[in-house]
Amino acid sequence: MRGFRWAAIAATYFILAGLATGQTTLRIGLAEDPDVLDPTLARTYVGRIVFASFCDKLFDTDQNLNVVPQLALSHSTSADGKTVTIKLRPGVKFHDGEPFNAEAAKFSIDRHASMTGSFRKPELAAVDHVDIVDPLTINVVLKAPYSPLIAQFTDRAGMMVSPKAAKEAGDKFGLHPVCAGPYKFVERIQQDRIVFEKFPDYWNKDNIHIDRVVFLPIVDSTVRLANLKSGALDLIERVLATDIKNVREDKSLKLATALELGYQGLDINVGNGAQSKNPLGQSAKVRQALDLAIDRDALNQVVFNGEFKPGNQWVSPENPYYQQAFPVAKRDVAKAKALMKEAGVSAPFDVDFMVPKGAETQAVAEVIQAMAGEIGINMKIRVTEFATSLKQAEQGNYQAYLLAWSGRTDPDGNTYIFFKCNAPQDSMGYCNADVDKLLDEARVPSELAARKAIYEKLTKTILEDVPKIYLYHRRILIAHTTKIDGYKQMPDGLVRVVGLSLK
Amino acid sequence: MADITVNTRLIPAKDAPETPLRRAMRRLLRRKSAVFGLAVVAFFVALAVFAPLLSPYDPIAQSWTLVRHPPSLSHWFGTDDLGRDILVRVIYGTRASLLAGVISVGIALSIGVPLGLAAGYLGGFLDALIGRMTDAMLACPFLILAIALAAFLGPSLGNAMIAIGVTATPIFVRLTRGQVLAVKMEDYVEAARAVGNPRWRIVFVHILPNIMPALLVQATLSIAAAIIAEAALSFLGLGQQPPEPSWGSMLNSAQRFLINAPWMAVWPGLAIFLTVLSFNLVGDGLRDALDPREIGRS
Amino acid sequence: MLNLLGKRLLQLIPTLFFVSVLIFSLQQLLPGDPALIMAGEERDPAVIEQIRQQYHLDRPIAVQYLYWVQGVLSGNLGESMRIHVPVLDLILQKLPVTIQLGSMAIVIALVIGISAGIISAIKKNTVWDYAANAFALWGISTPNFWLGIMLIFLFSVKLGWLPASGYVPLTEDWRASLASTIMPAFVLGNAIAAILMRHTRSAMLQVLESDYVRTARAKGLYERTVILKHAMRNALTPVITLGALEFGTLLSGAVLTEQIFTIPGFGKLIIDAVFNRDYAVVQGVVLVTATIYIALNLLADIAYVLVNPRLRT
Repeated sequence: MRGFRWAAIAATYFILAGLATGQTTLRIGLAEDPDVLDPTLARTYVGRIVFASFCDKLFDTDQNLNVVPQLALSHSTSADGKTVTIKLRPGVKFHDGEPFNAEAAKFSIDRHASMTGSFRKPELAAVDHVDIVDPLTINVVLKAPYSPLIAQFTDRAGMMVSPKAAKEAGDKFGLHPVCAGPYKFVERIQQDRIVFEKFPDYWNKDNIHIDRVVFLPIVDSTVRLANLKSGALDLIERVLATDIKNVREDKSLKLATALELGYQGLDINVGNGAQSKNPLGQSAKVRQALDLAIDRDALNQVVFNGEFKPGNQWVSPENPYYQQAFPVAKRDVAKAKALMKEAGVSAPFDVDFMVPKGAETQAVAEVIQAMAGEIGINMKIRVTEFATSLKQAEQGNYQAYLLAWSGRTDPDGNTYIFFKCNAPQDSMGYCNADVDKLLDEARVPSELAARKAIYEKLTKTILEDVPKIYLYHRRILIAHTTKIDGYKQMPDGLVRVVGLSLK
Repeated sequence: MADITVNTRLIPAKDAPETPLRRAMRRLLRRKSAVFGLAVVAFFVALAVFAPLLSPYDPIAQSWTLVRHPPSLSHWFGTDDLGRDILVRVIYGTRASLLAGVISVGIALSIGVPLGLAAGYLGGFLDALIGRMTDAMLACPFLILAIALAAFLGPSLGNAMIAIGVTATPIFVRLTRGQVLAVKMEDYVEAARAVGNPRWRIVFVHILPNIMPALLVQATLSIAAAIIAEAALSFLGLGQQPPEPSWGSMLNSAQRFLINAPWMAVWPGLAIFLTVLSFNLVGDGLRDALDPREIGRS
Repeated sequence: MLNLLGKRLLQLIPTLFFVSVLIFSLQQLLPGDPALIMAGEERDPAVIEQIRQQYHLDRPIAVQYLYWVQGVLSGNLGESMRIHVPVLDLILQKLPVTIQLGSMAIVIALVIGISAGIISAIKKNTVWDYAANAFALWGISTPNFWLGIMLIFLFSVKLGWLPASGYVPLTEDWRASLASTIMPAFVLGNAIAAILMRHTRSAMLQVLESDYVRTARAKGLYERTVILKHAMRNALTPVITLGALEFGTLLSGAVLTEQIFTIPGFGKLIIDAVFNRDYAVVQGVVLVTATIYIALNLLADIAYVLVNPRLRT
């Protein structure tokens, strides 16, 4: 009887849902206002969350970080590693009705690789050109073997845009983006909302159950959570670790988590200008001492209620590329002090500690300050706006810098641009010929075991030289109401709307 | 900064039985709200001066077993996100706020008054130039100018004071100029000029003392506004640097614990409110006490 | 009169010039490289260099200033580097929001300021006077970001009566619109209530001692009638004018308040732009804000002359 009633209600619901009156809307609270909605010109993490609902990519990642097909069907690499053949999914349409085919794929990749102001250029730097093999096959020809390429295609570099719309709009494409994702763009009111509606011709339309998706940027975490509790939002991203208890206690809310691909680290100026001329910058022993002085468990406990994951490498202990041979060391003040003595540092000294302004970073910095103080390193905190801190890091105007990295699926994205001599993000001024060689070697093989062996050597050197101290890995924390059914969190932090339904 | 117009002019003393200052004090002390304000200000000054003696705990030392404890007998105001006593941090934070208030207004006075004197007394092109620049600064949102300056100078309490002081300067330029124009034509200034006193002497000996009351009132009210401005800058991370406490930066870290630890936000906010209210009450009291229109009624 | 107006209008030219210089020096003052902040995690030197060229950031500051002034004079305020939207469009999108918020704040300020002012004038030097004074003063004595946080905590988190953030346009749903703006409007209005209260108080005190009020009293009218019919009408006209003109001050106050309540208006636009180093937006918004402020001040001066015929020379 009961079952029958539910079935009847469900049937009525579905009939109603088909009518205009039964429109369902998913309201998502974002922690920041996204930047431009053009996959070529976009650069923020929060923007990627929005893209996920309207701009499909050639490939996607699953919960275990495996590459799975999305707009592509398969890929294969030639023996010399310099040609990657990608088969495309047939019958896919863009939001403006234009067909998705080899021509469109070539256009999108070319646009990413060559448009003025494109942020995809470094990601596709290895690409020489794209050949059309047949209407549903392309060959991506590389300058040198580059195994992380497919991983790049799981992010913005793999997003496909309608050639017609993109040609017409030029660099204004982001004001009205036309992609091939499950939802299509309706309107955007800056700093207020971005509205999308269901795309009826989506290739995977049977798995789309919600009519509209609205993104609302709300910066304050407390306010975001209050809105979720009051029912003004259905899902929020970046819940604070200290609010988790609160979410768990609320029966109408659910928490979805995954460990991030990135890390929170401490950059140390080891060779970028005059500021590196201090015991911390000059002596690897002093840096090892600082590393040993930090109690990562206590830090995690105090600032994040123990919800994050202490770490010591550029990937988290749960990542397939984590080197088990180098576990997270326990705090050891005696050993740290001995290392200081070995390095010939007897008197306490000051370190200019640049900390980007942020909700939790300041507390982290203060805890580190207290811990480092015990072995005679006085970390002088200088809270700096993020905008300013980037510039000052580049100029070498710091001695230690608390900096997070959002992480990439492929470990290359977490290492190469930081440790290669003079690489764009090497603001530490770190330069080591052996490391450079290893970084390039790791780009050649595509099997995990072979690459991991190379990364093991890299890990050993970095942990000895300590240009960066890895502290912890954040947990991606998404809270949603129990009205949402079928939500799963992936480690890349994106919110995937395919397969979701609203009760 | 609140745009408060001041309209005070001291009547030159003529055979008064008591000095103008005395009379002003007497009249000030008759206003209960001003007395209350003075008392609270004195209380906070005492807190700032004797902070180390009054504090049972270290304002900086963290205790990770005491994180975010609600108010209790051993920690009257509770503890913060790193286990520090909030009462002690509020007491120490008084130093940052009072210093910021007094020093930034001092800066504003020391730039604004000379410019105002020059503009008002010398007039002409200089007056027009200073006047238009003042108008331009007043037309831009106060907080935006202060943020830009503080970010430019680099985040520190001292730089925040400079930023606030510079941004508050136009109010004093405008006020001083207006007062000078009003006093310039008074008989005693004319007389001093006729006798052949040099310009600087007329300005500093005959004009400045007579516009002091108006400046005093505005300075008091500006201290109130400057304390709020310092809190706002620290709230945005551009003022006092951790681990040293300031009320604004305490509010900044309290913001993300509003649901779990609301006491972290309540106390520093109340401290700002009380201090600023008191300076406003004293300022209002001073204005009434120095207002010539009120003299007949006293 | 015309003479005075002409002189004031002439003065606008140098003032606006200084405003433009000030606005442009903001760009020099703000540390950090907009191309770098734009790039965020994707810091590639070649790309960053391209952005610098695209937005003339590689040119000397004086040249950049001329580009900007030229644009402004032809009605082009430039384009947001961050979202590639023309600044003028952004401003037109945000202005109605802030005008609604500001108008509500003015009404709230007038209600609080005038009632407190009247009470303290009638009951001069009594407990009522002090209480009204304190009530008006608490508005300017509370940092508006703190008051905002506390209101959100009380009415949204604890009681769940009002939405904690966001904005609903009046045209969409007026009830929801009022609900979404009432807290920020109160925070803003509260801050200027004290100014209006002081003016009301002194205006009322003057009027109450004037001859016609004495005459009205002598005629044996009820005190209430005297105050409501005779005194208030005369005392409040200038106060209400003043209140309307406080709108300029409000634009400044909106900066943090809109941030706290996530109201997509002028204040939020500008503070986000400052922190993102979106120069064109900062410059455009400050220019418009300053122009509104200057225009309102001009109106205030004219109104002042009209109210005080003695000044008409």
